[in-house]
Amino acid sequence: MSAAAQEPETASPGVAHTAGDAFLSLSETVGGMGVLGGRVLARIVTFRFDFAELVRNLHRMGVRSVPIVIVTALFTGAIMVLQAAPLVQRFGAHGLLGWGAGFGTLREVAPLLTALMINGRVGANNTAELGTMVVTEQIDALRVLAIDPVSFLVAPRTIAIVMTLFLSTVFADVLALLGAAYAGWGLLGVAPAVFFNGLTSGLLGIGDIVNGLVKSVVFGIVMALASCQYGLGVKGGAPGVGRAVNATVVASAAGIFVLDYFVSFTLP
Amino acid sequence: MSASPQEPVSEALPPRREPTVLESIGATGLELFRTARELYSVFVRTLYYTWFGRREPGAILAQMYEIGNKSLFFLTVVMGFIGMILVYQAGIQTQRVLPDLTMLGATFIELLVRDLAASIGSLMLATRVGAGIAAEIGSMVVTEQVDALKMSAADPIDYLVKPRFVASIIMTTALIIWSAGVACLSGLLTGWAMFDLSPRTFFNLSMVNVGDLTVGLTKCIAYGAAIPIVSAHSGLSTFGGSEGVGSATTRAVVNSSLAVIMLNLVISTIGLLVFPG
Repeated sequence: MSAAAQEPETASPGVAHTAGDAFLSLSETVGGMGVLGGRVLARIVTFRFDFAELVRNLHRMGVRSVPIVIVTALFTGAIMVLQAAPLVQRFGAHGLLGWGAGFGTLREVAPLLTALMINGRVGANNTAELGTMVVTEQIDALRVLAIDPVSFLVAPRTIAIVMTLFLSTVFADVLALLGAAYAGWGLLGVAPAVFFNGLTSGLLGIGDIVNGLVKSVVFGIVMALASCQYGLGVKGGAPGVGRAVNATVVASAAGIFVLDYFVSFTLP
Repeated sequence: MSASPQEPVSEALPPRREPTVLESIGATGLELFRTARELYSVFVRTLYYTWFGRREPGAILAQMYEIGNKSLFFLTVVMGFIGMILVYQAGIQTQRVLPDLTMLGATFIELLVRDLAASIGSLMLATRVGAGIAAEIGSMVVTEQVDALKMSAADPIDYLVKPRFVASIIMTTALIIWSAGVACLSGLLTGWAMFDLSPRTFFNLSMVNVGDLTVGLTKCIAYGAAIPIVSAHSGLSTFGGSEGVGSATTRAVVNSSLAVIMLNLVISTIGLLVFPG
């Protein structure tokens, strides 16, 4: 930005220039996330992380997110039923409602929407916190005291985010199915027993649930690494923190969708 | 924006006890009620200024560029992947029940028009646009620029919220239509590559009716209106310096995503009752 301001003669960058720039910055971010992930993994397998910090973050990220997860999951289940409603009414296939809503919820919608909501709440907050610590030189202070910032700050947050997302998804699966069952009862007159029967009649297996839970773990890892990477890379004072928060929310959301595709594709 | 003075702690007062369950429920309820009333007030004032406020096409155009053009790439990537995921998953699942996949495309396009393009696209916009609006207005609050506006007898709603509101409604609708096209195209290519569905069979608009289109476009407008209002409210209620801006951004993203999900439920229910099947 500042380089461009110093050279007023240069024309605005061409398409190739912009694309190359975007590609390089993307590579830098992904590479940084990979390196950070390697460091975090090294700390986790040797148990060199701060346990008190982990517990504090689990409470802050996990327990505090429960209300959002409840509301999102109940509404999502109801919306899934509403989307299946015209098909069910057209063909009178009440027994298939549980299968249709349950399949979409367990495999895609519950992990995806839970991840997006937790991304907005936890990911952004995490970046803001780490970014503020960078800007106020608290990270440097930790280094001066010979405390490793990765094992004190990053590793506990990574574990906390992954656990939060995994457990929230389990929770959201159950609540979304509950919301779907009662929305089907209220709007379509499909009794909850018929709904749950459609759910368990053999078209859905444990594989569908495992698929969704594997996704939630993958999303959690991406979200944790992206938010820590952007937070630790903050430059330029308080406005830099704002920019980093914005960038991390967008990057995690895009990363979640891209990885969702690859996980859906590789898992049976 | 000065910090409120600390209340003197008197020894004579009984020690503060933890709030009971009833008290915390009541506090949450009051908080929700207060937020709803403030949101309503911001919304009504924005509507008022949209009609009777200053005419400033320049500001609206700048916001349209900020909200629309800058979200285009992000939304294109996300919706492209959504199209691929949904068609792949639906195809695999349908094969378990019926061997016939000819209606896959028609069902997918109907679902896209009625709900998915608007809802998933708007969740993404809530993330990007909502965070941007809250961060921008929040830092103006923290640096007392909003107070300066009020001192100059200019309502911040007219200057800051209205251009974003108008720009967001227009650009959300445009972006959602574009993203439906992208998702449809990537779904079509996935169906062709994975399930040997010819593009002609897939691109079947026979199931899209007036009801689907009405519900889909209503959702675009409702989400486009809700996201800037909720985010601007979060931004305007920022307190406590630069950390406050961070938490305002978080609140904006969460609340506008929740607003999208709740509006989706309301509009889908009404749509089902008005246009059954």
